[in-house]
Amino acid sequence: MSERKFLVSPGPHLWGGLSVSKIMYLVVLALMFPTGAGIYFFGYRAISVIGVSVGTCLLTEYVCKKIRGQPFIMDWSAVVTGVLLGLILPPTIPLWMVAIGAMFAIGIVKEAFGGLGHNIFNPALGARAFMSASFSVPMTTWVKPMGFAADAVTSATPLSGVSNWQQFDPSAYQAMFFGNTAGSLGETSALLILIGGILLLARGIINWRIPAIYIGVVALMSLALGQDPVFHILAGGLMLGAFFMATDYVTSPLTNRGKIIFSVALGVLTVMIRQFGGMPEGVCYSILFMNAFTPLIDRFTKVRPYGLVKRVESAG
Amino acid sequence: MNILGIRLKKKGTPYGVKVPENKLTAKKQIERAPLPEKAILPLHQNIGAPCEAVVKRGDKVLTGQKIGDSDKFVNAPVHATISGEISGTTMVVNPPTAQLVEALIVTSDGADEWIKLEPPKNPEDLSVKEILARVRDAGLVGLGGAAFPTHVKLSPPKDTKIDTVILNGCECEPYITSDHRVMLEYGEKVLSGLNIINKVLSPDNIYIAIEDNKEDAIDYMEELIVAMGLKDNFKIVPLKSKYPMGAEKILTKMILGREVPIGGLPLHVGVVVHNVSTAKAIHDAVVEGKPFVERVVTVTGAVKNPKNLLVRFGTPLRSLIDYCGGIEGNANEVVLGGPMMGFSQFDFDFPVIKGTNGIIIKESIPINEQDCISCSKCIEVCPMYLMPTLLARYAKAGRYDECKGAYIDDCFECGACAYACPANIPLVQYIKVAKRELAKRAVKK
Repeated sequence: MSERKFLVSPGPHLWGGLSVSKIMYLVVLALMFPTGAGIYFFGYRAISVIGVSVGTCLLTEYVCKKIRGQPFIMDWSAVVTGVLLGLILPPTIPLWMVAIGAMFAIGIVKEAFGGLGHNIFNPALGARAFMSASFSVPMTTWVKPMGFAADAVTSATPLSGVSNWQQFDPSAYQAMFFGNTAGSLGETSALLILIGGILLLARGIINWRIPAIYIGVVALMSLALGQDPVFHILAGGLMLGAFFMATDYVTSPLTNRGKIIFSVALGVLTVMIRQFGGMPEGVCYSILFMNAFTPLIDRFTKVRPYGLVKRVESAG
Repeated sequence: MNILGIRLKKKGTPYGVKVPENKLTAKKQIERAPLPEKAILPLHQNIGAPCEAVVKRGDKVLTGQKIGDSDKFVNAPVHATISGEISGTTMVVNPPTAQLVEALIVTSDGADEWIKLEPPKNPEDLSVKEILARVRDAGLVGLGGAAFPTHVKLSPPKDTKIDTVILNGCECEPYITSDHRVMLEYGEKVLSGLNIINKVLSPDNIYIAIEDNKEDAIDYMEELIVAMGLKDNFKIVPLKSKYPMGAEKILTKMILGREVPIGGLPLHVGVVVHNVSTAKAIHDAVVEGKPFVERVVTVTGAVKNPKNLLVRFGTPLRSLIDYCGGIEGNANEVVLGGPMMGFSQFDFDFPVIKGTNGIIIKESIPINEQDCISCSKCIEVCPMYLMPTLLARYAKAGRYDECKGAYIDDCFECGACAYACPANIPLVQYIKVAKRELAKRAVKK
């Protein structure tokens, strides 16, 4: 026993082992489903957009960490941002714009605020908003799924017509569910997003309340406005946003009560922007908007601790 | 099997964490550990006042002879656990408090000659007062880990009506099986002890809480209740295995739906919780007149032969680890108590004391703290519904008053949060630091 070195530390002496990098890795795995759909429908464009996005994110993170004098930890969080950013961009976007967007996501939205855990906004969505403002035409040019074929035919997304939306052809549901429709790279296939989302739910990585309530409120709101709820659920970035971006730990509230308020507000905002706003899609801005409210929500939704009901006089 | 409605419906909670149980010794019969050549007996083994030595160097003592006592109420006397000579004193660090404590050393004469035991002629006829005196004299403390003097727990303030007694056989800590084996091998003594508690406190209901990973103990307790003809207010509550199910305040909430007020004790809501091993010790003290000199300790983890051992207090860890075949593999941490709430020990001459229910040898986990990513896992698992990440954040920034405002006093440091934390933040350590700082400030005022 004498040569052996013993360590002393306070309890607990066990750790569950589900680390940040493991969680981020699982999110990347789950994202491979919508990524697969993106590649299937948009071919080489999808591979190059996502590739450039992930590569630039990792590089930017590495450079930022060096500048800040911190160690670069490969915790997969930059990959999550990179893949997500790729998935919410139009397939035909020029790659240099993708690189600038990715730099903005990591350099400004994430690292400038202090890195993972300290960012106020979801980095991928922040970058998308930045790119929409900077490159408005390429950011709103959509093409029909062309697979690995060379030609891309521009087309409107299903949501483009929603502001003056009259009646939607229900036969399009199938295309929207499987993803065979114009739209951002990874947002078109509700089915594969759902598979990825269920994987995360099953592993306890994301809290069911956010996607369930967000999507539920969108359905209710669109019903209340006399619109087709199925269409609203399948269209645009709602599915991807609800499962993969609104659930972002850092930028969503801590407590279950906070999460409920957060996701109800998300649902209301999304439908409001889609219906009354100047833009066809509201998921990105709703989530960014509510990200900003997260600290406030946290402040007012603290949990009631065990035993608060009555205080005991004799208590020390 | 459900005889006469003794077994109630199983209960579970969404809070807490599922921890790998690793109950390596669940099927191993209790063995008697060899008596130590030297017993090191700290004079402060309970919560409350320390003892003063009542013997001096060179005195001959018999097994079970009182060697330390105090006139304070919240105290439990200490007895010699082997016969021999008081050969000196030493200082040991009491792991829970990290304070230096004086200890008497008894050098064995190899005879293990006992004092004359004085069991009552008819235990049934003992008055409550006599029972309490015997419990105190035997030096009994709660054996679940906190080591609170048992006679104090059995003497609630006059204006407090205790309507429920919970016998705690949860043993929710991984690895440890001492309570489990005590229920299986000393079941009758456990229930006899519980019956004595029943007599002292005369509650309306008695619940025996056992986690469902000890199905054999649940069955056996049920059979015994029938066989011993105990009153029909004895019920068994099976609980879904989850850490920290066996914490008093959690049991009170689980079984009765009552929340113990912050800073209060279960008795403030009419409940007293006793551990099964304590109940067995109460039987020994009251019915057999035996002072408290030994207990069952699980020695497990990375040792060659993990065992449940009946150990005399004062036996150094080293001899128990050697008795179990020595340390194996890369283990580099020795934990007294459970791996979640236990204390790691660096000195293997440290003795088994009254609160020691297990000795676990394991590889230490690296702490590689990252920034909080607000995943809220700690909040989801906290059995006290606290927000551990906020407590740690405040503690780190030295904002201790805000810790207080976030109900840091409610935390009993079960460690579920730190177990679940993906960022590997030592949440419990931060909370401990904040509590200590707050306590210091309270003293200054």
